[in-house]
Order: sequence, then C-alpha cells, then structure tokens
Amino acid sequence: MFPDLGKYAVPVLAAYASMIVLIAGTVWVSLRSAKKSKETLARLEENRKKK
Amino acid sequence: MSIWEFANPVRFMRLSGRVLPWITGLAVLTLIPALVWGFFLTPDDYRQGATVKIIYVHVPTAFLAINIYFMMFVTSLIWLIRRHHVSALAAKAAAPIGAIMTLIALITGAVWGQPMWGTWWVWDPRLTSFLIMFIFYIGYIALWAAIDEADKAADLSAILCMIGSVFAVISRYAVNFWSQGLHQGTSAPLIRPGEETQVSAVFWQPLMLSIAGFFLLFLALLLLRTRTEIRNRRITALRAREA
Repeated sequence: MFPDLGKYAVPVLAAYASMIVLIAGTVWVSLRSAKKSKETLARLEENRKKK
Repeated sequence: MSIWEFANPVRFMRLSGRVLPWITGLAVLTLIPALVWGFFLTPDDYRQGATVKIIYVHVPTAFLAINIYFMMFVTSLIWLIRRHHVSALAAKAAAPIGAIMTLIALITGAVWGQPMWGTWWVWDPRLTSFLIMFIFYIGYIALWAAIDEADKAADLSAILCMIGSVFAVISRYAVNFWSQGLHQGTSAPLIRPGEETQVSAVFWQPLMLSIAGFFLLFLALLLLRTRTEIRNRRITALRAREA
C-alpha cells in the first residue's frame, strides 16, 4: 500500500512531515487560545452579572 | 441584506458559530482524502519521479500564502476606510495562518528544489519575493503585538499590510513577467474558460481537491481565530471597566 518513493523518499516524506507538524501546531494553538478566551469571557460576564 | 451587517460583531459571532462546525467538517472531509489520494494513489512523474507528490502540499500552501495576504489587504482597506472592527480583527486572525502557509511553501519548495534543481535555495524572483512576503507576515504579527492601543495597532498594521502587498503581487506574477530564475511558470491554472492545463488529469484532480481542502481549512481557522479576537476585545473592554 505504501508507495515506493525510491531515492526521493527523504524529500517527499520531509515535505509531508513538515506540513503536518506546522498545520497541527497552528490548529492546536488556535483551539487552545479559543478555549482560553471563551472561558475567561464567561467568567468575566458572570462576575459582571453578580455585581 | 447587506454584507456590512456582518461587520456587527454580535451578528458575526452568531453566524460564524453556526457555520464553523460545517466548514470544519467539510475541510476534514476534503483535505484528508485529497492528501491520501495524492500521496498513495497517484503515479510518479516520468521526469520528476516521486517528488511530484510534493505538489499536493506545495502548490495549495503557496496559493493560500498569496491569497491570504490579498484577503488581509482587502480587510485592512475596509478597516482604514469604513472603520469596521471585525475586518481589522479578521486580518489580524489571518496573519499567523498566512505566515504558516508561506513557511510550508518555502520548506516544501526547498526540499523539492534540492533534488530537481540541485540546490535548496536560489535568489530567484519568485523565491525571493516569497521570502520577503514571509518577513512582512512576521512584521505584521509583531506590530500588532507591540502596540497596546488596539485602534492604533490596527491602523499601523493595515498600512504595513498595504506596503507588503506589493511583494504578494510580485510573488504571484514574478514567473510571468520576470523571465529569469529557476522557478517554473504556472502549469496548472485554476479553471478559466478556454484555458487548458498542462498537467495530466491524474495529478490535476487530486491537486484541485487539495487546494479546496486547504482553502476550507483556512476558512475554518480564520473564523475560529476571528471569534477569539472578538472575545479578546470584549475581555479587554470588561477588564478596563472593572479597573
């Protein structure tokens, strides 16, 4: 199933690996900051309502 | 309904909250099959061998790198003319995604160039303008981070974006009007009536699906990050009121 990349295995796999790492990192950072801002805002809105 | 109504943050949050899960799902359903198709199910090129598989990563990310900058140019212009905060925040949210796409295009281009051209890097018009565009992306992100006053940061970064857009245009058209350098011209134009692609359908079809997948991924990330920026703006306002 895995394609025979021959002498070009290193550049092809390096291209895909770098893309996967960078995209996964961007998605993770975006999700983490979205979660953090959502929680902070919810907490602040709740405090505001209590006052 | 006018498009400007979506410049209202409340309306934007409501609409983006509704479409975001669908766009994310579509992005996953498009990008993963495209990359699996391109990597596992396409043949080697008769000249480039297995390195042709890099096309499914390199071309979509390079395409997005330029077009995200163009999107930032338009939203920055809207901010400067109409002062819609959502447009400035959308540009701010898009910049890190654009920088990552540019970085992926530069890395994959280098690892593709080494076996094909015999060099990782050459000061070719397209490569050089791409590198300068990447530096503008970093400068844009740094400028937003460096200025505390939000509107001033939006103004200055919008101006920086306008200046950098020259290099985005050069990146896009350098291979057409600058007939020197190693980088080849566009061989797989997006569908235009009457124009034929020079790429065989066996490579072209997964490539188009990959471009669609990366575009949908960008759209999902853009909506997610713009929502975060709007929330952060609200957090700053609430904290200022409390202080």
